[in-house]
Amino acid sequence: MRKKIDVRKKILSANEEYALQNKHFMARHNKLCLNMISSPGSGKTTILAGTINRLKGKVRIGVIEGDIKTDIDAEKIRAAGAPAIQIETQGACHLSAQQVNKVLKNLPTANLDVIFIENVGNLVCPSAFELGETAKVAVLSVAEGDDKVVKYPALFAKAKVLLINKIDLLEAVGQVDFDIEKVKADAHRLNSSIEIFQVSAKTGQGFDKWCDWLVKAVESL
Amino acid sequence: MHEAMVAESLLAAISNEAEKQGGKPILAKVSCGTLNAINDDVLCFAFEAIATGTLCEGMTLEVIHRPMQGKCKSCGGQFGFDIFNPRCPDCSESDFELLPDAPLLLETIEFETG
Repeated sequence: MRKKIDVRKKILSANEEYALQNKHFMARHNKLCLNMISSPGSGKTTILAGTINRLKGKVRIGVIEGDIKTDIDAEKIRAAGAPAIQIETQGACHLSAQQVNKVLKNLPTANLDVIFIENVGNLVCPSAFELGETAKVAVLSVAEGDDKVVKYPALFAKAKVLLINKIDLLEAVGQVDFDIEKVKADAHRLNSSIEIFQVSAKTGQGFDKWCDWLVKAVESL
Repeated sequence: MHEAMVAESLLAAISNEAEKQGGKPILAKVSCGTLNAINDDVLCFAFEAIATGTLCEGMTLEVIHRPMQGKCKSCGGQFGFDIFNPRCPDCSESDFELLPDAPLLLETIEFETG
């Protein structure tokens, strides 16, 4: 005999429960939590180090680093003068809310204004897992090509901020073909309220506006 | 390969229902939105692999995709959003709002009982 039942239950509810716990933690402690997502090599860690340096004495930043292997990134953040916790996912292509939940207590949260979560470098999977963040920050470097927004729409549809990085390469004539206006138009089509900043983590170009946004986001908590 | 974690979550939910119902699950229907970025083959393969040796071994997963919907601000019509041709198919206007993406849901399960 066959029997059919209606379930209508959310899948990934276990992840969502932890994400909710993390969200409550951020709200209770009045922290801005930003989940940074991009391809490997787009410059997430360098952007974070530059942001930490620029906002020293103004905004207190702590970082949770996600990588498949090594604590190279956490070391770079500590060298820039901010506390960092490394999560090694041992093969998993994204962070889960439970992994973040476990390490949150290891950050000196009482002395922080912003907690950045630098996700595993991957343009697809991390955007499907809520971590309890206040907002997602997408990073796209010009060397990756200007078709990435339409090819990987999920991240750009969900992100509050898009940082277009390595714009110094655009000025070196012939280095990269990247139509920045096309990228902005594609992103706005998916997400009319997305804030877009053009930066170069290498030269510091564009960091004023991005850091202003961050300061305001902390003030409006 | 976030489908692996989705498969794990599905296996737990279906096994839980199977225990309650006292039957062997045969077919489960799952629905998802565009932004869940679920690839059917990858999800089914991951599910098959982790279901081996459980009550769910050999069952079929069916994935229903619910495309992202746009709502035209000009004529009010609702349509499936296509990022390569982002305009209302009825009035050709490109001024529209995107409606919230469909969640990832376990819709129904069919069991073999008795």
